[in-house]
Amino acid sequence: MLRVSSNPVVDTVVKLASTAVVMFAFVFVVMVPLYDVLCDALGINGKTNGEAYTAVQAGVDESRTVTIQFVATNNEGMPWDFGPSVTMMKVHPGASNDTVFHARNPLPQAMVAQAIPSVSPARAAAYFHKTECFCFNQQPLDGDTSAEMPLQFIIDRELPGDIHTITLSYTIFDVTDMAKGAIAAR
Amino acid sequence: MGAHHHGPAKGLSRWLFTTNHKDIGTMYLWFSFSMFILGGAFAMIIRAELFQPGMQLINPAFFNQMTTLHGLIMVFGAIMPSFVGLANWMIPMMIGAPDMALPRMNNWSFWILPPAFLILASTLFMEGGAPNFGWTFYAPLSTTYAPPSVTYFIFSIHVLGLSSIMGSINIIATVMNMRAPGMTYMKMPLFVWTWLITAFLLVAVMPVLAGAVTMMLMDIHFGTSFFSAAGGGDPVLFQHIFWFFGHPEVYIIILPAFGVVSQIIPAFARKPLFGYDSMVYATAAIAFLSFVVWAHHMYTVGMPVAGELFFMYATMLIAVPTGVKVFNWVTTMWRGSMTFETPMLFCIGFLVLFTIGGFTGLMLSIAPADFQYHDSYFVVAHFHYVMVAGAVFAMSAAVYYWLPKWCGRMYNEAMGKTHFWISFVGFNIAFFPQHFVGLAGMPRRIPDYALQFADFNMISSIGAFIYGASQILFLYNVVATIVAGKPTSDAKTWEGAEGLEWTVATPAPYHTFETPPQVR
Repeated sequence: MLRVSSNPVVDTVVKLASTAVVMFAFVFVVMVPLYDVLCDALGINGKTNGEAYTAVQAGVDESRTVTIQFVATNNEGMPWDFGPSVTMMKVHPGASNDTVFHARNPLPQAMVAQAIPSVSPARAAAYFHKTECFCFNQQPLDGDTSAEMPLQFIIDRELPGDIHTITLSYTIFDVTDMAKGAIAAR
Repeated sequence: MGAHHHGPAKGLSRWLFTTNHKDIGTMYLWFSFSMFILGGAFAMIIRAELFQPGMQLINPAFFNQMTTLHGLIMVFGAIMPSFVGLANWMIPMMIGAPDMALPRMNNWSFWILPPAFLILASTLFMEGGAPNFGWTFYAPLSTTYAPPSVTYFIFSIHVLGLSSIMGSINIIATVMNMRAPGMTYMKMPLFVWTWLITAFLLVAVMPVLAGAVTMMLMDIHFGTSFFSAAGGGDPVLFQHIFWFFGHPEVYIIILPAFGVVSQIIPAFARKPLFGYDSMVYATAAIAFLSFVVWAHHMYTVGMPVAGELFFMYATMLIAVPTGVKVFNWVTTMWRGSMTFETPMLFCIGFLVLFTIGGFTGLMLSIAPADFQYHDSYFVVAHFHYVMVAGAVFAMSAAVYYWLPKWCGRMYNEAMGKTHFWISFVGFNIAFFPQHFVGLAGMPRRIPDYALQFADFNMISSIGAFIYGASQILFLYNVVATIVAGKPTSDAKTWEGAEGLEWTVATPAPYHTFETPPQVR
């Protein structure tokens, strides 16, 4: 076994202290990224990919129809009016679909929001591809103004056959404090 | 004391600057007992409020601070340091070493503890009150919704974590390097073995706890979003990190208790421990498995079924090595010439009640059933059966068992037995009914409850007061022994006791084994 010191006590201490340091680093550099990777890979928490999907030309599966439901929730203390323009769509796997969500900031001051998606059932998350989504970025809105926020998505043709309905839920968070730097730059 | 060489220094500086393992062990034991009384006082406040439904004595905000501090202080302030104190006192004497391998660091690892708990306790007087998010401090309760005092809480966790890591490194360095000639690993007393494995667990997971609170600190003050969904983080991640620390932590608490019981039962059964090798392997197996079962604390967060099944089966697997241990203790007693002095009574109490706690643990490990038990009083009953009737009973047994060796005076046996019986009866009155109210749906950590739980809660509170009062008797007995107990100079206090610690004079001299003994 590797010896770091000829004094056996020092040797033990150095090895153990290094283990402790490695375990501390392990939390940051292994556990956190690993959790995100696992959630993405397994669709845990219904997380969808945070980046735009590059559509592949695979053709539309006209034989199948999947119902997509949209749900919007305001996180505690978030005053915006926020919701889907349509609550339900019937789509074919492989086809590109567009919809918009409405948002209105009723307060006099400018705010920044972040929408966090979740797909149910969770195992559908990996087959729900967004080519464009307002959730990819923080959404600034001046006081007392409204905006239409676009969403463009494709349901993967490989979606398991027993899934007929997918619910896409957005929770909108007030991230004005977090984004203060960004507003100042604007 | 200290007939040759030098004895202890005089006055306060003896305790402040000491590098003697016995002095440091003593300080750990007294410190942990004072924390036990403080945490116990918080428990009394909790049980007084729950004596009747409705809000009687305190407000819900303060109640939450009490449940949080009770848990934190009992786990990190009472149980863990008490076993570290025992390790300091006993491990060098059990392996024939003159002292711990790193005496100066030993002094440090003790003396940073009291300030850490002073900081934690002082949060009670801060604006916004003490931490109120439960001892498990789940985000976002402990981040977004935490009182300002959370920063002090984080600092105190960092410091006590550092203390634990330093203490563990010291124990491992001592056991690995300072054993007397002939003391091979498989000849070490089981208390030394369980502590060696515990110390490895501590070195592995205390940094994980430090990482978790560091992430909290960064989320609160430096704008990161480890646990905030708005910034792309996830509060569930906190639970995974916390329990990756938290489950090994429960074995950190119980393994030294296993070691104590494995020393005491053979002494009073007058038979060698049955299945020594299997005890060592079972301890190692439990420690290994503790790293792969953490998510059984969080079955209800919405894991994939495969995850639930994995964690369920892995958890149930732990019942096998634990069963091996219980079997070995019972078999050690089988056809032994048993006597029932106070340490033995506490060990038998431990054996019966810990096994009950183990069985409720097995019930909780069943993922589909856990959805009913989760966050109910059933969980509270379960972990008090393993923490109090497990760790605290074993600690009481250890104090009675080794106290004559430590101070050269015999405790009052009648008072010791009275302490045991009041503890045993009080404990069961307090916690057995909690199984039923839990199964009937009473959630944990609430200051008020539905009327149908009233009778059982009153019984539970009465039991808790009885158990609490019995600790005063314990304190009195120990102090009376030290001050005016019947002097004894028998090297072997107990007829059936085995081990190097019983070969030195009584009371144990300030310095022991300056010449290493030969172990055959």
